[in-house]
Amino acid sequence: MGSRASTLLRDEELEEIKKETGFSHSQITCLYSRFTSLDKGENGTLSREDFQRIPELAINPLGDRIINAFFPEGEDQVNFRGFMRTLAHFRPIEDNEKSKDVNGPEPLNSRSNKLHFAFRLYDLDKDDKISRDELLQVLEKVDVEQKMSIQFLH
Amino acid sequence: MWRGESPGPSWGPLLALVLVLTLGGLPRVGGFEEEPGGAHGASQGFQVVTFKWHHVQDPYIIALWILVASLAKIVFHLSHKVTSVVPESALLIVLGLVLGGIVWAADHIASFTLTPTVFFFYLLPPIVLDAGYFMPNRLFFGNLGTILLYAVVGTVWNAATTGLSLYGVFLSGLMGELQIGLLDFLLFGSLIAAVDPVAVLAVFEEVHVNEVLFIIVFGESLLNDAVTVVLYNVFESFVTLGGDKVTGVDCVKGIVSFFVVSLGGTLVGVVFAFLLSLVTRFTKHVRIIEPGFVFVISYLSYLTSEMLSLSAILAITFCGICCQKYVKANISEQSATTVRYTMKMLASGAETIIFMFLGISAVDPLIWTWNTAFVLLTLVFISVYRAIGVVLQTWILNRYRMVQLEPIDQVVMSYGGLRGAVAYALVVLLDENKVKEKNLFVSTTIIVVFFTVIFQGLTIKPLVQWLKVKRSEQREPKLNEKLHGRAFDHILSAIEDISGQIGHNYLRDKWSNFDRKFLSKVLMRRSAQKSRDRILNVFHELNLKDAISYVAEGERRGSLAFIRSPSTDNMVNVDFSTPRPSTVEASVSYLLRENVSAVCLDMQSLEQRRRSIRDTEDMVTHHTLQQYLYKPRQEYKHLYSRHELTPNENEKQDKEIFHRTMRKRLESFKSAKLGINQNKKAAKLYKRERAQKRRNSSIPNGKLPVESPVHNFTIKEKDLELSDPEEAPDYEAETRGGIEFLASVAKDTASDSPAGDTGSDTPLIGHSSPRGGSPAVSQQPPLPARLPRPHAPSPAPPENAAPVPAARSSREPGAGPTQGAGPERRALPAAHARSAAARRVHSRRSFQRPRARRRPALLKLASLQPPGPAELPPHALEQEETPL
Repeated sequence: MGSRASTLLRDEELEEIKKETGFSHSQITCLYSRFTSLDKGENGTLSREDFQRIPELAINPLGDRIINAFFPEGEDQVNFRGFMRTLAHFRPIEDNEKSKDVNGPEPLNSRSNKLHFAFRLYDLDKDDKISRDELLQVLEKVDVEQKMSIQFLH
Repeated sequence: MWRGESPGPSWGPLLALVLVLTLGGLPRVGGFEEEPGGAHGASQGFQVVTFKWHHVQDPYIIALWILVASLAKIVFHLSHKVTSVVPESALLIVLGLVLGGIVWAADHIASFTLTPTVFFFYLLPPIVLDAGYFMPNRLFFGNLGTILLYAVVGTVWNAATTGLSLYGVFLSGLMGELQIGLLDFLLFGSLIAAVDPVAVLAVFEEVHVNEVLFIIVFGESLLNDAVTVVLYNVFESFVTLGGDKVTGVDCVKGIVSFFVVSLGGTLVGVVFAFLLSLVTRFTKHVRIIEPGFVFVISYLSYLTSEMLSLSAILAITFCGICCQKYVKANISEQSATTVRYTMKMLASGAETIIFMFLGISAVDPLIWTWNTAFVLLTLVFISVYRAIGVVLQTWILNRYRMVQLEPIDQVVMSYGGLRGAVAYALVVLLDENKVKEKNLFVSTTIIVVFFTVIFQGLTIKPLVQWLKVKRSEQREPKLNEKLHGRAFDHILSAIEDISGQIGHNYLRDKWSNFDRKFLSKVLMRRSAQKSRDRILNVFHELNLKDAISYVAEGERRGSLAFIRSPSTDNMVNVDFSTPRPSTVEASVSYLLRENVSAVCLDMQSLEQRRRSIRDTEDMVTHHTLQQYLYKPRQEYKHLYSRHELTPNENEKQDKEIFHRTMRKRLESFKSAKLGINQNKKAAKLYKRERAQKRRNSSIPNGKLPVESPVHNFTIKEKDLELSDPEEAPDYEAETRGGIEFLASVAKDTASDSPAGDTGSDTPLIGHSSPRGGSPAVSQQPPLPARLPRPHAPSPAPPENAAPVPAARSSREPGAGPTQGAGPERRALPAAHARSAAARRVHSRRSFQRPRARRRPALLKLASLQPPGPAELPPHALEQEETPL
């Protein structure tokens, strides 16, 4: 399967993804084969259901929120590019700030982009603010004890 | 007795004196009993008491040594400060040195040494078996490529470079006159090259590096045995042959023998693992000897591969790795505990003895031959080449690895290349007639072992701290860290699941398929098969299906309003985290709330009361969620540890979720179907759960004690048996009984066809309709779906745009939008619910094992799912019971 996957991925596309996300060649092929194995419909895009089929994700309290993070506003399909773009947020920050392209867009794994991403996970209604309720919602899924302490803080 | 060892106390010298006297007494006892022997021969008459030291001498001495070693361990751990700085292995070696010195001083012979026979036949197997049996399989196989590279290439590299460099130095004349040829150096290189599993574990366990690093070094130390054995045998035979007679063919043979030895050893291990799993499948009536099989058959695998001159360590390692899943499933809970403890005890004891005897063995002037250049250069070469090898291999590996190995990791890996008893035993095995400088090799090996274990063992901890290797340590985090750390752990594990980066998913999927289809069927008891994987899997799948069908339903209705339910949204884990069935508190607080909103008109006090109610509710929620709250994977990843037993959290949690949910479903089914008083039941259930929890918390591995109460329960309420299939002592039979019972319940309502099943919902309506009026039902948040899809395409922008604060309001019955949604949902055509149920049944069928007998039971379970009023969507019931 792995070999089939890598042939399906066009070289130029691979290069672009590499440039955009900073993943290495082998990482991209690796993730591409994962992508295709998730893609049960075999149409080159993933739907929410494809994600929900991952069993571990089903028992993850925040799983659904993560899935949502993969889908741009108002869409219910994500292609490989989008998939990789989201994953790129999780690459480690490159310490050696020899930013090759100062003028170019900030890399997806920069500190501020990571923070933005995390912020969006909390910000359910997309009003660029995390309300107390939104915060509690995330946290109460994660640990009630801490939710309690927040409440007592107020 | 051995307190002379503990550095602190001032009465140490005194005790040391006592120690000398006692030990001195030991050999004297030996001399003393010669006399009674003679006297015995002289006086022919019957003796009431005889003193037969010779009769018991050997086992007696062995037992004494073991006792000494164990007592020493107690003493070491009396002072936490000492053991946190000095690794236990180093302390044991020093103790051995002291004891050896005392014995030697008293007797002037080194009578106790670590002989290769004892080491290879009795001390090493338990340690390696323990390592294999408790191997974190996923981690191990996830890093198998890396481990293999280090184990094979790394060891060959170490052996070759060390041997050749020493030879080079020897040629330069720095070592003086030695009767050594190139082959002898290579032989020495090959035995000194291998990283030792015993030493590595002993030290790394106390350092707590992160698990990837740990498994790599640990796995390497286990797997490099094959290489060591082959290199050792090849060079030994070359030395025997003599350098000139070695031909190219012999070298090729050597390479071939590597594959034979390693693959053969692995194969022997796998075969015996298969045998072992098969045997434990049929031990139902001889539970008491179950643990014995585990040890005996594993040991046989070791001996067999030793007999076939294959890699014995590989054999027993893989025997442990492969059988663990099936054996753990097959044997009873008590036997599993016995196996765990016995294995840990044997391994830990063997390790203690090994290190102590390494120390004792060193006290023997006969073996010491000093050659400063040789010893020092060996130390330098093994360290330097280990480092170079690690860096080179990591450089290659990092091009293929998803998780890169950082330079710091490499430093630790190089530094953690400890040598140990395997090298010592191998060097002692050398034949003095063939290898002229055997004593030099032996002394050098001892120095190397001591240096690595004591010096590197002492310094690796500060080094790790200094380098700030990602350690797996615990520190009480700050509130904020805890808060978001948890959330991020969940997020990260979700991302890992999505990108599938934990392992080779494709292969693993294939393997688990194969395992499920064939292996488990052959190797596991039927009951174990059923309860272990299958039901859980089916259950996972079902819940997912439910969730998906739910959303589909919502879309069909043209409104996703219900998805916006903040209290329940994002719970894709549909049923997994459902709070327990209609807790008493919840309904009480509901009543309170109801009263408040009905009577009180003073908004401020209303708000206040509400608040306090909300707080109590939160307390309830707190408890509930605590029970259902499952930590993200990251937190309970645990490592192999030789001295501690860690209960498998993951499995336990899975099972617990499963049991709870199943029990709840059955409960609600019963109450709906049989009209049992809901509240009484709930109270009982609650009490039981509380009791169980208490019991669980008092006992680290909360399984054993659960048994009896559950058993009672199953007797009282037959049809609940299925919820605890594993805990019931004689569960195979009982589970069957339960299933049959269920099946008979099912008979009148459920049939195999989806249509029939849909029909089965109808009778439920009548029975459950009275409940419709109960507060618990009307309290239900109107939002059926746990599956939040706020951004799903839907033609209902107004709802989506609605401000989220609904989060809280949904809990409070007074809130407008929720009430509006309520009737709407109820008006939902029953057909939808039915079709969902039908689909569920359908999907269920595809997961069924083709065993006709069980199917009705599971089908029945399926039909239990929408137990509430039939017009509610499948999840309404869980909703209604959600106190959130």
